[in-house]
Amino acid sequence: MYSEKVMDHFMNPRNVGEIKDADGVGQVGNPKCGDIMKMYLKIENDIIVDAKFKTFGCGAAVATSSMATELVIGKSIDEALKITNKAVAESLDGLPPQKMHCSNLAEEAIKAAIDDYKIKNGLIEDVNINQACSRRCDDVEAHLHDFNLDDKE
Amino acid sequence: MPEKYIYFDHAATTSVKPEVLEAMMPFFSEKFGNASSVYGYGRESKKYIEDSRDKVASALGSQSKEIFFTGSGTEADNWAIKGVAYGNRTKGNHIITTSIEHHAVLHSCNYLEKEGFEVTYLPVDKNGLIDPEQVREAIRPETILVSIMFANNEIGTIQPIKEIGSITKEKGILFHTDAVQAVGNIKINVEDLNVDLLSLSAHKFYGPKGIGALYIRRGTKIVPFMHGGAQERGRRASTENVPGIVGLGKAIEIANSNIDEYNRKLIGLRDRTINEVLNKIPYVRLNGHSEKRLPGNVNFSFEFIEGESLLLMLDMKGIAASSGSACTSGSLDPSHVLLAIGLPHEIAHGSLRITFGDENTQEDVDYFMSILPEIINKLRDMSPLYEAVKKQ
Repeated sequence: MYSEKVMDHFMNPRNVGEIKDADGVGQVGNPKCGDIMKMYLKIENDIIVDAKFKTFGCGAAVATSSMATELVIGKSIDEALKITNKAVAESLDGLPPQKMHCSNLAEEAIKAAIDDYKIKNGLIEDVNINQACSRRCDDVEAHLHDFNLDDKE
Repeated sequence: MPEKYIYFDHAATTSVKPEVLEAMMPFFSEKFGNASSVYGYGRESKKYIEDSRDKVASALGSQSKEIFFTGSGTEADNWAIKGVAYGNRTKGNHIITTSIEHHAVLHSCNYLEKEGFEVTYLPVDKNGLIDPEQVREAIRPETILVSIMFANNEIGTIQPIKEIGSITKEKGILFHTDAVQAVGNIKINVEDLNVDLLSLSAHKFYGPKGIGALYIRRGTKIVPFMHGGAQERGRRASTENVPGIVGLGKAIEIANSNIDEYNRKLIGLRDRTINEVLNKIPYVRLNGHSEKRLPGNVNFSFEFIEGESLLLMLDMKGIAASSGSACTSGSLDPSHVLLAIGLPHEIAHGSLRITFGDENTQEDVDYFMSILPEIINKLRDMSPLYEAVKKQ
């Protein structure tokens, strides 16, 4: 069901852990839905120099977290904000349709960590931190709907 | 791939026993006759079908003419529920079942609700048990059917079928039990239990897939599910699956002759696994009743981790098991059974079901126990939920 790359990032996840003096921390998801992603970023001169994550979730959630940290390291925060869920999934050679919603979590976790950095540095006003769950749950519904329809055909 | 592979998912399906396969083989080619034909080939098929029917009847303590072969356990459940509902519509429109049934029963009931029937879904206690008095209290003048599973496929809890049967008998209401997980594991006598309909499936006890049976007590009003032929005494049209029927007969005969020894072995594996996991791993709970449970069933919830991740890690180490997490259920919610026993979503997501069977050994449990703590630690170290608990 999963690509080799997904299994590799699941079994040997890159950048697992915490950054004690992180410049931005973002947590998205909800234990009720079965996945939570927490991302830590170290940022110097607007460049992400290090990223770590902790994730509670399925194989796809762990693999997308791992891939998301790899994608953001070395990027400017503006570049990192442009990383889409689709890009994360493509970097993993794709995800099964019923798992595409997991990649949203990665995109949202990057955004939440950068929002946190911007708030701490007075770059933006305190915003309602996006917990991603409502959007994600809608996506899950939509994907499952598509998936079930595909099944029947 | 790992060097060895250990199969711990016997509640999902089992492998066909060599003796069963051997009994089935002639019916694919040399003895291929259609049992409805008058010539020798057909008569021979017919004889073996009836022989198999006798074996199923003997295992359930019923008469042979009360056994009807179906294409699966799911079909038997569908037929029992819809067939009785439509057959008894003039008497009433109310059905009683539980919130932890297999979807074959739940979705059949959901369907009937759309057709104008009313269904009561009885809640279960924290161990997954129904109190027979709940059934008595739920009975209305218009109740026509009670359907309660014998043993739960996920948490293994065994229901007080005999006590429920005596209530339905006293009230004159039909009683169906989905015994797909029980047959081959528990001694069953339909007369003793006062059961009117009972579903079973061969592939759960080392028989082939694609064959099941429904026991229907003589005199039970039920409409046919399949139309188009006189097979199964006009109640289930379709050319008989002779190899499947022969395989079912052989498998149930073997299972019943060996049930005590089989149970002793499985209970040994089960109880040892339960004790060791509860002793060695923190933040874990056993789901289901500690004693009233299927001999081969173990179901845990490991807090702070998600079930699919756990299954993938076990698979990489050569162990095949199952989970009730949303990611494995194909829906947003974790297993309806785990939610029904009161588990919060996040704990239900972290469930692991192990179901032992014939080929499992104490060495398999040794191996499982040697890898499980490390896998749980690895996943917890990755989990932000565990991090929050450690900091408290």
